[in-house]
Amino acid sequence: MPVLPIYMDNNSTTRCDPRVVEAMLPYFTEIYGNAASRNHSFGWQAEEAIDTARDRVAKLIGANGKEIIFTSGATESNNLAIKGVASMYRKKGNHIVTCVTEHKAVLDPCKRLERDGFVVTYLPVDKYGRVSPQQVEEALTDKTILVSLMFANNEIGTVQPIPEIGRICKSKGILFHTDAVQAVGKIPVDVEAMGIDLLSFTAHKLYGPKGVGALYVRRKDPRVRLDAMIDGGGHERGMRSGTLSVPSIVGLGVACDIALREMKEESARLILLRTRLHGGICNRLGYVSLNGHPVERLPGNLNISFEFVEGEGLMMGIKDVAVSSGSACTSASLEPSYVLKALGVGDELAHSSIRFGLGRFTTEAEVDYVIDDVVRAVNHLRDMSPLFEMHKAGIDLSTVQWAAH
Amino acid sequence: MAYSSKVLEHYDNPRNVGSFDREDPSVGTGVVGAPECGDVMKLQIKVNASSGLIEEARFKTFGCGSAIASSSLATEWLKGKSLDEALTIRNTEIVEELALPPVKVHCSVLAEDAIKAAVKIIRKNSAIALKD
Repeated sequence: MPVLPIYMDNNSTTRCDPRVVEAMLPYFTEIYGNAASRNHSFGWQAEEAIDTARDRVAKLIGANGKEIIFTSGATESNNLAIKGVASMYRKKGNHIVTCVTEHKAVLDPCKRLERDGFVVTYLPVDKYGRVSPQQVEEALTDKTILVSLMFANNEIGTVQPIPEIGRICKSKGILFHTDAVQAVGKIPVDVEAMGIDLLSFTAHKLYGPKGVGALYVRRKDPRVRLDAMIDGGGHERGMRSGTLSVPSIVGLGVACDIALREMKEESARLILLRTRLHGGICNRLGYVSLNGHPVERLPGNLNISFEFVEGEGLMMGIKDVAVSSGSACTSASLEPSYVLKALGVGDELAHSSIRFGLGRFTTEAEVDYVIDDVVRAVNHLRDMSPLFEMHKAGIDLSTVQWAAH
Repeated sequence: MAYSSKVLEHYDNPRNVGSFDREDPSVGTGVVGAPECGDVMKLQIKVNASSGLIEEARFKTFGCGSAIASSSLATEWLKGKSLDEALTIRNTEIVEELALPPVKVHCSVLAEDAIKAAVKIIRKNSAIALKD
């Protein structure tokens, strides 16, 4: 019997690895200098720690330490990349290409730019949540200055064809940004091989602390320039002023180092656990469908819809398991997940979806407990579902005239 | 935000889950909501022909825990009431009893709508029955 409650929401955030915490601790009380203090040992020690972290972060994504800008997290990194490029390259053009399933931290900056005179193309996705390189190529105009596409989706785990898209952008001389918050540390990411010019990610998705992230900004071929959002002491090559949070950045560095060393083994382990979870549920329940791509997906992500059962209702039935749902009831807007809607799965199945996020600390015993718990709860809810009753009576639900409120 | 203990209690031990025969003239069935909105509530009342009182009530709900709890509670409150009394049940009373937060008020509205729909059907049915 695993310890309850079980955390299976690792696409939302992850537990900080104890090795990360241990590495961070001395930087609160012993090595507490300001990394920008150039004239004493406290500052030098802090700077040295930052340099080490910068190199570790860079190594994980195939970059050079000089190309890493530390930020407060991926939301800030995305804002800086998109608004910073838009402002810097405005004379060159006013067109940006992105896609409908991006995180709000990409979509909302794009919307703000639209109010500011920019034109944004939101590419649709296929039923697995993928955009094709052809779609990107066809969307480009002589006014396009930036393509921003996520590496892997946070809800459905679908991985985009990043290297192909990077190649197209490179051949047209258009900057390519990717929100890689779900991918970095989980699957191989290489900014050189993949033609990425800007890349956002955050520490807390890869077992590091919350409140710290990074933006990779290419320095060569081409040298990417950004207008800063935050002005001040000129830290981070002038692109992001503010005293560096040394403990957090040390934590990010160690998290990246661990991820790099353990990725291969860990992703294989997670794929096994994910397959066990998916298979275990499907063997015992009918009317279950996978959301996202069957193969091109994050190792730890499983997003499935349980027909005739509402997602939040199901979450309540598996109280000791922390997961997420695309159900409207989990948001204030009463709209189901826009990501699932974009796949064309239908609002009803979007309401019935559960996202299981497996991670470094997920065990086989936990997976087995979750299978049993989900099967029990789904059966319980289907017994009280008017939709399941109608389905069993041979009624085609799509032909029913509903009295929507 | 955490669920109220009353919502959890109804969710874990829902009262009167099930169905009556829709064709039974003493049964009124209200079905409200839509799958694409994330909740569908089916509420049925069975009325005693001589007393005119609701003998039994049953529900089946597709929805979140608050929707399930709202309909479960409604079936409890309906038992023993006349149709006119049933129509006096207000969603605000359900909100209060279950301590529903503002984002869940629509669940209680749905329950009130389901009661009204069921009463309307039974009145229509009994009007037909009287003609026979």
